[in-house]
Amino acid sequence: MFNKNKYSFLSIAKNALSHHENWQKTWKSPEPKKNYDAIIVGGGGHGLTTAYYLAKNHGINNIAVIEKGWIGGGNTGRNTTIIRSNYLWDQSAALYEHALKLWEGMSQELNYNVMFSQRGVLNVAHNLHDVRELKRRWHANRLNDIDCEWLDTKKVKEFCPIINTSPNIRYPVLGATLQRRAGTARHDAVAWGYARGADEMGVDIIQNCEVTGINVKNGNVTGIETTKGTINSNKIGIAAAGHTSVIANMAGIKLPLESKPLQALVSEPVKPVIDTVVMSNTIHAYVSQSDKGELVIGAGTDGYTSYTQRGGFNIVEDTLMAIVELFPIFSRMKMLRHWGGIVDICPDASPIISKTHINGLYFNCGWGTGGFKATPGSGWVFAHTIANDQAHELNAPFTINRFSSGELVDEHGAAAVAH
Amino acid sequence: MFLINCPYCGERDQAEFSCGGEAHIARPKNPPELSDDQWAEYLFLRKNEKGVHYERWNHEYGCRQWFNLARNTATDEILTVYKMGEAPPKLKANIPATPSGEPSIGSGNLSTSKKDRF
Repeated sequence: MFNKNKYSFLSIAKNALSHHENWQKTWKSPEPKKNYDAIIVGGGGHGLTTAYYLAKNHGINNIAVIEKGWIGGGNTGRNTTIIRSNYLWDQSAALYEHALKLWEGMSQELNYNVMFSQRGVLNVAHNLHDVRELKRRWHANRLNDIDCEWLDTKKVKEFCPIINTSPNIRYPVLGATLQRRAGTARHDAVAWGYARGADEMGVDIIQNCEVTGINVKNGNVTGIETTKGTINSNKIGIAAAGHTSVIANMAGIKLPLESKPLQALVSEPVKPVIDTVVMSNTIHAYVSQSDKGELVIGAGTDGYTSYTQRGGFNIVEDTLMAIVELFPIFSRMKMLRHWGGIVDICPDASPIISKTHINGLYFNCGWGTGGFKATPGSGWVFAHTIANDQAHELNAPFTINRFSSGELVDEHGAAAVAH
Repeated sequence: MFLINCPYCGERDQAEFSCGGEAHIARPKNPPELSDDQWAEYLFLRKNEKGVHYERWNHEYGCRQWFNLARNTATDEILTVYKMGEAPPKLKANIPATPSGEPSIGSGNLSTSKKDRF
């Protein structure tokens, strides 16, 4: 089907004639209407994919995505872009693997290059316990039909030649698991691509509009109050990441979440030096290289509740000490930029994708430090939950009720990185 | 990162402390009678306040004493320090108030106290 907005070689050639000054807007940014069939609060990756799949898979097109800032300005643009599905527990593995499969076809489906690069992710073992845990996870992954292999020290060195495999460092490299289908993607392109896709199907993307209240009548949700007025809908999905508790509070709901700063930093750009993603749980460091040449480095969370999008210098220092021991070649690199994002962490480090006791009010939260990789899968199952008022089989284990029933999906540590 | 005024040692770098989470969550007095939902409330549900947050801290790499802090989680401003066992003081925090509820630069990256403003 011919679509005049499709990005292609021809459209580049055509726009070159007008000095690239006449490209169409990627999305419309309209004023909000009074009524919608569904409202998604939060215009990050998870909210946009939810709107996209509601329109595409469930035929609900009259949707508003409400974003208090701008598209791609929250955690979608703040993460370290790592995508993988090598989780230990069956429930998580199924959810993240579903997401990984969607990543594999994303650029084609959206007609938007998200620069998905399956460069492999190494999870490094530094002591006997790590070796046992990572081998256990390797076998669990294989049983779940997820590609994973074990590399001994020599093979790790072959796969990533700049890594320090000296047996004399404090935490020597004793081996690693490798998921070859894992990798990275351009994070804000994901938000832009899904925003464009949703917009094309009639979704209203409303930026600079903050939710100030949730209207509930007789146990049914009826709409939201915003800085742009009241907007009515009897289906409201919340995908507000670090600020989920703030929104939940408006509806009188208390959630098992704590919001904490998570920091990341990038170095000055250099020529290609590392062509994979290296993650270490024990010494808490992860590093990859962006297409611009910057090292992208992820640190751990700060140990206290905060909404400030910045964290402690000691956390950055700890991470860089680990990176420098593992990669002495980086010891004289200068760090260029550093930032924090607010992540909402569940006690079991697994997400909540769930209905609530208020009819028509749904929550997609608790992704903590690892939500980016799940972006398309999260939207897929959340859209299903909203459209059918019932969990998809993939998110059935991730309801709020698990905190009462005790059926936790404990991914602290099991997910291959400490949260 | 901020400085914490330990009630026993004085002002020290926050890296010396570890946070013990929300304060004033009392262990239920009648555990056998609690429903699953009440256990969930005690064990897992948290206020996660954006604004005044009453929390426990331990001067782990110092005197190793526990104490309470009231901190504005929107700005990381510490409002008061008080000892374990004391009732939480009633406080109001200045929440940054632009149309989107955030300071004009970034999110929560400015203090709301006048003396810190530039």
